[in-house]
Amino acid sequence: MSHNIYLYILIMAGVSYLIRVLPLTLIRKEIRNPFVRSFLYYVPYVTLAVMTFPAILDATQSPISGAIALICGIAVAWFGGSLFQVAVACCGVVFLFELFLIH
Amino acid sequence: MKHSVYSLDKSDNRKEFVSGMRDAIPIALGYLAVSFSLGIMAKKAGLNPFQSFLASLTCNASAGEYAAFSLIMVQASYVEVAIMTLIANARYLLMSCALSQKVTAQTSVFHRMAIAYDVTDEIFAISVSRPGYLNPNYSYGAITLAAPAWAIGTALGCMAGNLMPSRLVSAFGVALYGMFLAIIIPVGRKNKVVLGIVVLSFVLSYLSGVLPGISQVASGTRTIILTVAISAVAALLFPRPEDEEVAHES
Repeated sequence: MSHNIYLYILIMAGVSYLIRVLPLTLIRKEIRNPFVRSFLYYVPYVTLAVMTFPAILDATQSPISGAIALICGIAVAWFGGSLFQVAVACCGVVFLFELFLIH
Repeated sequence: MKHSVYSLDKSDNRKEFVSGMRDAIPIALGYLAVSFSLGIMAKKAGLNPFQSFLASLTCNASAGEYAAFSLIMVQASYVEVAIMTLIANARYLLMSCALSQKVTAQTSVFHRMAIAYDVTDEIFAISVSRPGYLNPNYSYGAITLAAPAWAIGTALGCMAGNLMPSRLVSAFGVALYGMFLAIIIPVGRKNKVVLGIVVLSFVLSYLSGVLPGISQVASGTRTIILTVAISAVAALLFPRPEDEEVAHES
């Protein structure tokens, strides 16, 4: 059976929006519980870190260039690079490294 | 730390809107690069440029769209796509919970619904690092630049992706991770607890991919399990003091 692409998109969009809109509209009061507050503070950092490593090693043609991108990205971000600068630095080192590594 | 008072004053709103746009410039540029690689995936899944544009404009999700496209490619059922979207985007549920604490209790349902449209890793990051309460107009400014960039980049990738050498595709592929690092590392530098948690997350994420048992679990689900477990332990061991909510701002 062939599926309709627009129906797929509608489902993706609906689920994506509900996930975001329900907490924002249903939680109307400030959460006072220190555990919940702390938990919500740590969530974005943990989830982004978990998604970055080791996935970055598989994103490139060679795991070595992925590792170099990781180290380079950490270094540029550590020394105050902006979102854009860090992203470009990562892309740049991968491109240059693979230019020499993979012929 | 003093929280600035949320203001409905018109001149303030305008200022907030402009600040949002300014802060979103690097995000929009990054989105163009990242969504380009997403567009390549959309093409592989059988979407045309308009459909990939529509998907990105309505979903605003990197990992979520990627996962859904990979299912569409194999003509998976609608239910599977719904569940996958839910799992891959579950972190936005947590981020929206966090954002619900960043707006004042008086913020109207309409504003809450509008902000919810584009809760992404990057927009969430710049929103939570605003001092004091979040003025919805700041989010609108950011969304005005970021959302079209995301959708247009996807359409361009869908149109031009197969013309690009694999070397360039490979280089573009790490843009997403670069953006993630740019969000977590600066906070880790200032806050040693966050730094420790980031390192621990790297290690556990790696181990969960190779250890027998947990490595059989789908990677989107592993991300959720690890996120909840690590954040909960961190919250227990290092609860944050009441007034330090915006301590990582520079």
